[in-house]
Amino acid sequence: MIPAPYRVRSRRPDRADTVTLTLEPVEGTCPPFLPGQFTMLYAPGVGEIPISVSGHARSGGYVQTVRAVGPVSRALCRARRGDIVGVRGPFGTHWELSRARGMDVVVAAGGLGLAPLRPVIRELVAHGARYGRISLIAGTRTPATLIYPRELARWGRDLDVQVTVDHPDRTWTGPTGLITKLVARIVFDPGRTYAFVCGPELMMRATAGELLRRGVPAGRIALSLERNMKCGIGRCGHCQLGPLFTCLDGPVLTYDRVAALLEVRQL
Amino acid sequence: MRTCPHGVEDGGEAAVLDDLDPLVGALRERGFAVVGPVARDGVIRFAELGSAADLPRGLADEQAPGFYRLHERGELVFGFAASPDAVKRYTHPPRSVLFRMRGGVPEKVPPRAGKVALLGVRACDLAALAVQDRVFLGGRHPDEAYRERREALFLIAVTCAAPGGTCFCASMGTGPRPTSGFDVALTELTGPHRFLAEAGSERGAELLAALPSRPAGDADRAAAREVGAAAARMGRRVDLDGVRERLIERRESPLWDEIASRCLTCAACTMVCPTCFCVTVEDGVDLADGTAERAERWDSCFTLGFSELGGAPLRSSGAARYRQWLSHKFSTWVDQFGTYGCVGCGRCVTWCPAGIDITEELERLR
Repeated sequence: MIPAPYRVRSRRPDRADTVTLTLEPVEGTCPPFLPGQFTMLYAPGVGEIPISVSGHARSGGYVQTVRAVGPVSRALCRARRGDIVGVRGPFGTHWELSRARGMDVVVAAGGLGLAPLRPVIRELVAHGARYGRISLIAGTRTPATLIYPRELARWGRDLDVQVTVDHPDRTWTGPTGLITKLVARIVFDPGRTYAFVCGPELMMRATAGELLRRGVPAGRIALSLERNMKCGIGRCGHCQLGPLFTCLDGPVLTYDRVAALLEVRQL
Repeated sequence: MRTCPHGVEDGGEAAVLDDLDPLVGALRERGFAVVGPVARDGVIRFAELGSAADLPRGLADEQAPGFYRLHERGELVFGFAASPDAVKRYTHPPRSVLFRMRGGVPEKVPPRAGKVALLGVRACDLAALAVQDRVFLGGRHPDEAYRERREALFLIAVTCAAPGGTCFCASMGTGPRPTSGFDVALTELTGPHRFLAEAGSERGAELLAALPSRPAGDADRAAAREVGAAAARMGRRVDLDGVRERLIERRESPLWDEIASRCLTCAACTMVCPTCFCVTVEDGVDLADGTAERAERWDSCFTLGFSELGGAPLRSSGAARYRQWLSHKFSTWVDQFGTYGCVGCGRCVTWCPAGIDITEELERLR
């Protein structure tokens, strides 16, 4: 339960309330992470929250994107280059890219859900030949809340990238409305497709439902769940979802394991 | 887990002690703080003993849903059932500091794991310790502070002579006779007043050998058997057959709302429960010197903040919170740890201010 001190090497504001930090261990090297895993990030004296790892920095260290919503995330977003934060982890299950080999791949992100999927997308861009058709669909509230806009444009050179917004502004020329509309549009062979879905729970359930309707088996739809977490190691009890500890059994779980649990209100 | 090599009923080696004072003294000489039951503020609590004279002789408890009273009755030293204090307090304290951080480097705060001898531990509490061992030590991230506190314990168990009105350890298969997991087990006998003592570990045997005692005879053993048998006739029971599956099927039952109409979501049941392990963390900064500190504190699934996500509680209704607690104890705990999360001590029934009885609710959820 003791965090290792990490130094903020760089801080890139993504949007008004979102910041991407590159964190380097003060001593030694940081443990490797698997795409989809998270760390417990500690703002000294303020508190600790689970944040997914979005990548390894070229210099070593973690790239992590934080949106300011509570006291801890606000403190982390305020961190400046050179500041010390604490890191525990990485923890949890990961996006099993090996299971998607040779298949069509659907990556569906809602809002900040793009952050945990970033390492998956980078792998797909780097080794596209290992997979079939690759589609990346993303939904966001407004054009201004879309994170990683430049990377999205770059990924669009290699992948079929489509972005939809709930509330378009005058500059927006792309699709509008829910991400489920995009699921209906993209091309894949449902019998041999693997999907990685991350975003608000309602968005994930709607997307998984649409993928199921198109014939993708629930066991090949991976979601990343979010719950209150205080420890990240199955000890505090907060993240329970029925029999699951989201921190140990998740955050990445296939839809067949969680569909029935997510249907129960306030479980 | 230590096991008792010679159960009393098997006619194994047992000693008879006329007085517990030498036992308390010998433990203190060996460097243990001896903690046992004392009568305080109208209840039995656990506190450090100066001598055996501090034990609450001649007191008996009366327990019912939402009800606890002590009465002067009989001559027993252990003539009462479970008290609000469980062993958990000594293995998993209500609050413990995890680390302090000054100048960017967190420093571990070592757990205060002084040697503690617990005198008067019931079979249900030994079972609760075994449950907690699985929770804290059985997984991928063992809790080293728990291990240190656990290993610092010397356990002197007592056969329950007087089951409480809310107990159901017989249904849970955890009592009333301690069968394993102790250093020494006592059975309190009357006519004349004495204790039948048996060792459950090498150091327990070593301790007993150092005390004034005489070998147990057939009459002592027969009397001890009677104590265990009498205590097994307890008022409450639960039917465990299919309970795990039943609670999954009953997730959407209207009964949860009905229970919630009585439940105050006060969290008392989780505070007195010997197996509830949930914690939250508290972070803070000492304004005088800038030292940041993190502590772990007991938390409860009955609080709104427990399930908070993005500023709103996920389990906003009392029904969802009660369902989480009861289903965890009798259903999902089995998936997670391979045992029930309940040992049948009855504390949650006694200390619920609304008198909600977990055994009754389980029966209604059939």
